[in-house]
Amino acid sequence: MAFEYAPAPESRGNVDIAPSYGLFIDGEFTEAADGKVFKTVSPSTEEVLSEVAQAGSEDVDRAVKAARRAFEKWSALPGSERAKYLFRIARIIQERSRELAVLETLDNGKPIKETRDADLPLVAAHFFYYAGWADKLDHAGFGPSPRPLGVAGQVIPWNFPLLMLAWKIAPALATGNTVVLKPAETTPLSALFFADICRQAGLPKGVVNILPGYGDTGAAIVAHPDVNKVAFTGSTAVGKEIARTVAGTRKKLTLELGGKGANIVFDDAPVDQAVEGIVTGIFFNQGQVCCAGSRLLVQESIHDELLESLKRRLSTLRLGDPLDKNTDIGAINSAEQLARITALTEQGEAEGAERWSPACELPSSGYWFAPTLFTNVTQAHTVARDEIFGPVLSVLTFRTPEEAVAKANNTPYGLSAGIWTEKGSRILAVANKLRAGVVWSNTFNKFDPTSPFGGYKESGFGREGGRHGLEAYLDV
Amino acid sequence: MSDRLSVFKTYKLYVGGKFPRSESGRVYEVTAKTSAADAAGQGKWLANAPLSSRKDARDAVVAARKAFGAWSGATAYNRGQVLYRVAEMLEGRRGQFVHEVADAEGLSKSKAAAQVDAAIDRWVWYAGWTDKIAQVVGGGNPVAGPFFNLSSPEPTGVVAVLAPQESSFLGLVSVIAPVIATGNTAVVVASEKFPLPALSLGEVLATSDVPGGVVNVLSGRTAEIAAPLAAHQDVNAIDLAGADDVLAKELEIAAADNLKRILRPQPVDNADWSATPGTERLTAFLETKTVWHPTGSLGASGSSY
Repeated sequence: MAFEYAPAPESRGNVDIAPSYGLFIDGEFTEAADGKVFKTVSPSTEEVLSEVAQAGSEDVDRAVKAARRAFEKWSALPGSERAKYLFRIARIIQERSRELAVLETLDNGKPIKETRDADLPLVAAHFFYYAGWADKLDHAGFGPSPRPLGVAGQVIPWNFPLLMLAWKIAPALATGNTVVLKPAETTPLSALFFADICRQAGLPKGVVNILPGYGDTGAAIVAHPDVNKVAFTGSTAVGKEIARTVAGTRKKLTLELGGKGANIVFDDAPVDQAVEGIVTGIFFNQGQVCCAGSRLLVQESIHDELLESLKRRLSTLRLGDPLDKNTDIGAINSAEQLARITALTEQGEAEGAERWSPACELPSSGYWFAPTLFTNVTQAHTVARDEIFGPVLSVLTFRTPEEAVAKANNTPYGLSAGIWTEKGSRILAVANKLRAGVVWSNTFNKFDPTSPFGGYKESGFGREGGRHGLEAYLDV
Repeated sequence: MSDRLSVFKTYKLYVGGKFPRSESGRVYEVTAKTSAADAAGQGKWLANAPLSSRKDARDAVVAARKAFGAWSGATAYNRGQVLYRVAEMLEGRRGQFVHEVADAEGLSKSKAAAQVDAAIDRWVWYAGWTDKIAQVVGGGNPVAGPFFNLSSPEPTGVVAVLAPQESSFLGLVSVIAPVIATGNTAVVVASEKFPLPALSLGEVLATSDVPGGVVNVLSGRTAEIAAPLAAHQDVNAIDLAGADDVLAKELEIAAADNLKRILRPQPVDNADWSATPGTERLTAFLETKTVWHPTGSLGASGSSY
């Protein structure tokens, strides 16, 4: 018998979205110089949430100038004063976390249980963590009185809008830089709400500037001659373009790019826990996660048993209204992303991989994609090689630990990996051989502000989080 | 003293632990630096050095990749011993290098000796770093949850090193030692005008327990050899010390294709290398790996461990 869940929607009443938003430059909301605007929609309903000013190159120049002006005083503040601003921001985020969680779910499409229990707590924690560093930089291992770089140009993606903002802004401000940040075009709202938080915190004007826009806005920020630091999270293709743009300049660059993480399950792994980890690894945030465990490498001897458990578990996932507190799988962020997932999965089928999804009714409006498994996948298949950035898991098998490692590393990416086994020495041996920046053993998709995050190879370079994350914003 | 005819040395490349000529069969003339005629190439003829081709560069990358597994997998203690052994071997051949550096850079014997002494000491300095850098830049992270969380540095992989153009030996050693100390393997492009000390260093490395392929030394036109290295898909990083601004930009653009780690030209590259370096050249070619594992919580209800 099937248990029916009554709807349990989170209220939208505590978030007040204005019909339009400006750019946030030099402490003020302002229209774009050329008057351009774009609409942001809720991916679960296609409802227009607001109309947002679209920054052009003139606006970028204005914002960089404001950040440059603010830099002198901000970098000269005692670290203890900068720390207090960041602590204020952290506190205000905590106070407004319910509002921000609902906002993020509306604008992004991810389930409220994720924004409420993962995104927002991590955002606040990140500001708390870097707040504490601001007056302790002498002790961070970069020599005495390490200097900030200047104006940081930051471009962030739509999958964790506010969390990515926190990863970028918190260390930049703690170290004494000022920032010009572009949120993604499909998820600009939480960054604009953050601008309001900066105002509430009394942050000096110009220290944080928020410029919503598309790729050309980001490109203008990256190419601006008075930007000293570029930080980008997004696709590997764009990351490479940015690396070419900053070549020959003195701009410091950190890139956090794509991934095709291997989640390796050995025959002695506790199956139920592994299944939960696999589900977390690829269906958290609809798989729109750069460090997703999108390749399941399962030891051949337990393949059938594991797949049976996994399919049973997937059949219990609830897809639907992201604001419903029981929802596991929310909406895909945009029509464009949905089209990409659809195209790649069709290619997977065409190339001969076997496709499976649980019975799953998709809402009639909005952008939706059912959880999907591919079995009989080979390493040559597109679904095993390309980052899909959606709720799509490719299952491959292996016989020996050596084969697992070879397959796991057989990708130009190197962001994350998972290992499931009860044998401690095997965990350490395999973790040692994996060319990936984050290895989760007997767990997956865990994040913490103290824990450095970032990739090997074409998943980018530089680390965010922890003591390591300071280096990206210091002249060392 | 009789006028004994001296025996010249045929300088060769050092690739995969062997001493091949350039596959292209090409050589170029290396002359001594003199105060007057340096630029015109009218200094005293010293030797013919191999003029490496792009094929030589690719062969060197293959050798460096092949050596990476064992070298990066060696214990840090072992790598330290090997680097120290390089210093020991150099000490024994000090006279030869003083001579070569003096000729190359147009230095007096005493100034050349100071360069060589500093270079030997630099090997010792970096030898001591192999088993310390992980403790300095890695460590446990106090995450807010029941997890053990450890960040450790790992070598980036195959590193192309464009040796400084002016400091033919101290500069050279100062860019090679930090790369291999942490477990990377290197393809080194020697100073274009002063390649002989670098080619002789290959002979020292071959007798210092440095496994073949860990360091590969190429001589020739820096721009010609560097271009295929910067574009090579199996090179993980590049040190641009020996590139001028124009070349450095071109190489950085080419290197973006597989997102190589880049160490841009530094102020020290064409200056005095005698100051004790920091850790920057070590950390430039390290990746940070962070491993998580649940700790469980003994005695807590609901604990599965």
